[in-house]
Formats: sequence, structure tokens, C-alpha cells
Amino acid sequence: MRTALRLSIDRIKCDGHGLCAELLPEIIRLDDWGYPIIAAGPVPEGLAPLAQRAVASCPVLALALALALQPTAASK
Amino acid sequence: MTGLRLLAGPDLASGAESDANHSRRLGAPKLSGRALIEALASSGLTGRGGGSFPVGTKWRAVAAASKGSPVVVVNGAEGEPQSHKDRVLMSTRPHLVLDGAFLAAHTLRAREVIVYIGEEHRAARAAMDRALAERTESERRIARMVGAPQRYVAGESRAAVHLIEAGVATPTTAPPRSHERGVAGAPTLVQNVETLAHVALIARYGDAWFRSAGRRGAAGTLLITVAGGVKRPGVLEVEAGTTIEEAVAMADGPSGPASAVLIGGYFGAWVAAAKAWELPLDAAALKTEGFNLGCGVVGVLPAGRCGVCDTARIMRYLAEESSAQCGPCFFGLRALSDACSRIAERGANRDEIARLKRWVVEVPGRGACRHPDGAVMFLRSALATFADEFAAHPAHWRQQPA
Repeated sequence: MRTALRLSIDRIKCDGHGLCAELLPEIIRLDDWGYPIIAAGPVPEGLAPLAQRAVASCPVLALALALALQPTAASK
Repeated sequence: MTGLRLLAGPDLASGAESDANHSRRLGAPKLSGRALIEALASSGLTGRGGGSFPVGTKWRAVAAASKGSPVVVVNGAEGEPQSHKDRVLMSTRPHLVLDGAFLAAHTLRAREVIVYIGEEHRAARAAMDRALAERTESERRIARMVGAPQRYVAGESRAAVHLIEAGVATPTTAPPRSHERGVAGAPTLVQNVETLAHVALIARYGDAWFRSAGRRGAAGTLLITVAGGVKRPGVLEVEAGTTIEEAVAMADGPSGPASAVLIGGYFGAWVAAAKAWELPLDAAALKTEGFNLGCGVVGVLPAGRCGVCDTARIMRYLAEESSAQCGPCFFGLRALSDACSRIAERGANRDEIARLKRWVVEVPGRGACRHPDGAVMFLRSALATFADEFAAHPAHWRQQPA
């Protein structure tokens, strides 16, 4: 097992400001009503700083980044 | 049917069974505590509120949560519009439900039992009030009644906890789950009334007895509501694994040719009649086919009714029942519902169908609760089952009776 970063959204807090999709278009896009859709899977390592910035920029603190255990190829 | 269990005993038309009659007929429960949890686990009993979650597993989780003395919520909200089985059970066999509730309280050393009943189910509430008054003082002391508002989401476990805590029946962000942190922060067992009634019988007769009913590998009996195009709509107790065709026959058969069956209620699925007849009413078997037993609604669509128009009506209801907390649910379901209504009202439209197909992929999994997921699963089944009708729908909505 190794750890990976994962983005999550508190859907009740999220008001669809859309800053996250502007800062992190590689992972987050907006639906037809302006609410974020996060790509499946962990945050690629190279994008971690940008993901952290997106989390810090969310006006309602709905976006969060957490370490999650991730099965490696060997342990699957 | 012979072999009734929950609904055995005096004629249902004579109303609620008294405590005296109930105790004389069934005697006292024999199992409680750890032995009861083990019996529930090996019985195969799953939750009958819609989630079909294994009951033994749930009780173990609450028993293992160490923070504070637990709370038991007896869930009789029954917000599913087509379902009647919970209110029939509460109105006729209230002591079976209360037995299960107090067995849970005793086993989990709960400090409180909250009986949560839909405000519109007046007869059920009255029967449960009277039944509670007949219980022992030590049981009455830890129990109280709370009315569930008439909303689709009110029976969802975290919405129930939220209503009891704060007077608002809207779901909250998970985790924490109710069994970890529910009412007043205590581990909380939220269990459907039918499920608790089965517990009351398993505590008397054991898990092997529970499994001795059931067909095609399924265990126990279940309450279902047969609605729509059948000669005698209503609540039935059937052996798990009974096919939909057999259940409809128990409701005196279809009132005419049927085109489709809605299995599991508004979070369930439309299935073409020819396929639906063969399906067994059993949570595990339906799941392998990609369907949900849900709360056991079997809604028969007569061939003369338009599935597209009925789908549009149900989608409008589900959109209006969004708690309006999460954007993808509030705006997404409204957009899905509007598109369905436009097809129903103005006729088939390829662009609308393309949009629907994109949205049913984008919307699920993006709410705090599973309301958008349930609504979208329902719509997906409609788009598949009524594909031809959606593609060639005439502008006839206004001519269809509601």
C-alpha cells in the first residue's frame, strides 16, 4: 500500500463559485449548473501544489484534500 | 397465503392487535444480547426500509461504537408514495415492531428509543401510541414519539437523525454515519419498522426458522406493496424469492395487459413486463440483475398508460423532493425533470434525449445523500425500458390521467 492525495467536496457547503475548476482544470470541470465534477482517481503528484491552492481558495471551504491509502499494483 | 409470519394472527381488518393478545399468541422473546446479534447475522435478514443492509452487521457496528450509550430510532417514516406496508404493519401489529425496538434497546444498552412515524400516517401513529401505552413502565420511560414530516427524504437515516436533533429532516454530510455518531452524538441504530418486526420473531424462533421460509435460495418473508394495474392492489406478505408474476397473481392478477413494472419504488427501476414477471423478490437476487428491492413496491404499468408521461411525473416529484442543499441535486434533478416534461408535453426530441443521457452520467454520486443517485437510476431505467417510447413520443401529456 502507498498513500495518494484525493480531492473531496462537501456538497452541502459547495455553492458553485467555480474557482477550483479555474485553478485546476486538469482535474476539475464544471457541470451545466456551475458545480464541480472531479476526475476519478488520485491527484497526480505533480499537481499537488495546485490542488492545495485550489483547496485554500475555495470561498466556502467545501474543497478538501486528504491522504488516502492506495493499493499498489503488487497488493491488488 | 399460508405461512404468514408478520401478518399472522387476528384478521387485519380488526385493527391493532392488543398486547394481551400478542403476548398470548407469541409468548415472550427468548433471545437477546450477543446471542440475538449472532442469530440476526446468520438469519440473513436485511433492512427493509430500502437499503437492504445486513441487520446483524449494523447491530454489531452500533455495539462496537464505544462512545456513549446508543439510541434506537424506529423508522416508520414511509415517505415512498406507493408504499403502504410500514403503515399497515404499524396499524395492525404494533407490538411486533415495539418488541423489535426494545430488543434492540436491551441488546445495545440504549438509553433511548425514538419512534419516528410519518405525520400523514395517522392511523399507524394512533395504533403505535396506544401500543406503547400498554408496554411496561421501564420500556415507556425510555421511549418517545417523533413525527416525520411528509417528505420523500425524511426516512433517510441521517435526515431522521437531523430531524430528531434539530427539527429539520434534511440529510447531513457523511461521514460520520448514524451508527457512529447520530442522535446527540451517540451511536444510533436507525432501523425500519418491518425489519424490527422480523427481529421480534427471530428472537422467538431463531435464525434457522427465519431461513425456513423463502424460495429460490432466499431467506424469510417480506412485506410488499402491489400497486397500479392489478385487480386487488395492497400490501402482501410473501416468501422472499417469490417471483413478481406470483406476487401479482396473489393480488388477483393484472387488471389487463401490462407493459412494464416499477420495482422498488421511485428509487427503483422500470423493467419490461416480460422480463419483470420472472424476477424474484429478493434483495440479493435483484441486485445481481442490477435492480433494487427497495421498500418492496411492485408497480404494474397497464399497457394503455404511457411510461414516458409517468416517468416525467415521477421525475417532477423527485426534483421537488430535493432538499435543495446540494447544487448537482437541486439544479440537476430540476433540469432532468424539465427535459422529461418537455418530451412528454411537446413530443420526442433528439437533443433533449442526448442531454438526458449526458446528465444521468454526470449527476449521480454528487450529493450529500443518495437522493440524486436514486432519481437518476430510476430515470436511466426509464430511458432503457421506454427507449422506443422516448424516441417517438407524441405530444399527449395533457390527455393522460395523473
